[in-house]
Amino acid sequence: MVVCIKQVPKAQEIQVDPVTHTLKRVGVPSEINPPDRHALEVALQLKDRHGGEIIALTMGPTVFTQSLERAMAMGVDRAVLLSDRALGGSDTVPTGLALSEAIHKIGKFDIILCGEETTDSSTGHVGPGIAGHLDLPQITYCVDVQIVEGKVRGKRAVEDGFEVWECPMPCLVTVNFGCNKPREPSLSGKIRVKRGGLVTQWSAADVGLAPERLGLKGSPTVVNRVDTVVLPARGGKIFKGEPSQTVIELVKALRNDKIAGV
Amino acid sequence: MPPPESKGVWVFLEQRRGRLRDVSIQIIGEGRRIADEMKVALSGVMPGWRTEGLAREAVEYGVDKVYLVEDQRLENYLSRPYAKVMVTLIRKHKPEVVLYGASKNGRDLGGRVHAIIETGLAADCVKFEVTKERNLDMIRPAYGGRSLAHIICANHRPQMASARANVFKRATKTPGRQGSIVREQVDFEDRDFDTRMVEFVESKGQQGAKLEDAKVVVAGGYGLRNQANFKMVDELAKLVGGSVAASRKAVDAGWFPKEYQVGQTGKTVRPEVYWAIGISGAVQHLAGMQESGRIIAINSDQNAAIFEMADYGIVGDLFHVVPELVKALKGTGR
Repeated sequence: MVVCIKQVPKAQEIQVDPVTHTLKRVGVPSEINPPDRHALEVALQLKDRHGGEIIALTMGPTVFTQSLERAMAMGVDRAVLLSDRALGGSDTVPTGLALSEAIHKIGKFDIILCGEETTDSSTGHVGPGIAGHLDLPQITYCVDVQIVEGKVRGKRAVEDGFEVWECPMPCLVTVNFGCNKPREPSLSGKIRVKRGGLVTQWSAADVGLAPERLGLKGSPTVVNRVDTVVLPARGGKIFKGEPSQTVIELVKALRNDKIAGV
Repeated sequence: MPPPESKGVWVFLEQRRGRLRDVSIQIIGEGRRIADEMKVALSGVMPGWRTEGLAREAVEYGVDKVYLVEDQRLENYLSRPYAKVMVTLIRKHKPEVVLYGASKNGRDLGGRVHAIIETGLAADCVKFEVTKERNLDMIRPAYGGRSLAHIICANHRPQMASARANVFKRATKTPGRQGSIVREQVDFEDRDFDTRMVEFVESKGQQGAKLEDAKVVVAGGYGLRNQANFKMVDELAKLVGGSVAASRKAVDAGWFPKEYQVGQTGKTVRPEVYWAIGISGAVQHLAGMQESGRIIAINSDQNAAIFEMADYGIVGDLFHVVPELVKALKGTGR
């Protein structure tokens, strides 16, 4: 199994500068993209039941090793970091392509797992993109993944209910945020990570990719500009003090303004 | 420079259980507007089985030409054969714009197709504009909804995008509107159908749908400290006639099911009244509720971001405030 993960700024830490209305990024702690943690847990549960090896794969700067190490402390066997200056600025096309080539180089696999989307870009396009590049069957938005009689069964959460899809291996599965409880890193896992030697680092050339297919050059899309949506502070009536008092003031204000339900 | 022969605006027409999906009717409306501005035809692609009636309906909604691919095995959405239909027809007819509804299936499909064709795909767009250079300015929320990113795909065609559900207005039907329906053949192989749908279970309680349609939403957050305390939220919700929701942290902690999560990775709600109980107001949460009519916040931290967004609020310990509030609402003149 190969699990594709990304390191993203912690969602709770995302703060917008009240003056410049831009994202505060400097010094913001990062984490494994939350849906990817659920994908890791799916892989670990499949391994608990059926055995096999799990490889975590990420693409990004060397600081992403942190996330690979955390994945391995959770129980992932080894990891691959695809890191190259030429990859910077890639949109979902070169990202999917580069991950596909890395998976190709990893060799034989049964299932590729990804989170449904990342919390920093929220496209959900890279998983299906990898399946497209590698010409594999795909089952997206899964809340449950089982192997039944040699086939993969994924329960997809769709707008009007759940669909169960079945496909042969090898295949690609994307996993929904919140579908399981990702395990914590174990002590033995941490020790294994500390001994080192589990992360393989590849460059774009290592996976056979020419620089013009990558990064900004290889991306069909560009972000032309970003407008900040300035949400006017609503300047609300905020009551402070003893609850018995503030509640009366609030209810009075709500009823004065004919707020629905009050 | 983009290939000069590319012409026309396309929409992916998603049929589901014998009906054209709402989001498809919405992108017909927006696709029509873009096609008119570019002075080209609007076409639709509809894979399915016995869906000619739906193709005629799409024409009445404003599509000039529907490419219909009928095969019994296309009755339900499946990634591989549907992607093959799109890729085959895009290569054959070379549209300059292709829009998908950002349903789960629309994103699943677009993600696969854009990788095979190697062209740009912007996710979850909320607005489109045509530039002087005849590019489509594809505008989508970024940074948890605090910014709008303008995405341009200048040198590749088609320019593809998915459109967020319930943002664009539904197209209106013109009974008797004329258009053409073109049957297309796609050479499928057995392996295109290696995936099958084994089961479909329709959501019964429709509580998810209820949350998005609710006039009043009462949401609980991490400040509730544990699952049992959510009964306070329940009680308040009953009193004000609201649907219950939760923040990501509360869902993350396992106190409440994911279907009730409001925020960037959950649902977007626009109720008349939104109660935020013990929710600090992380950007990703605000992204899912900032368009609410009136926001009422209860939080012990007076510096919590939620108070900036609030029309009303109480700074205080929710374990004291909420019971008092319940008492007050029960007590008088209702």
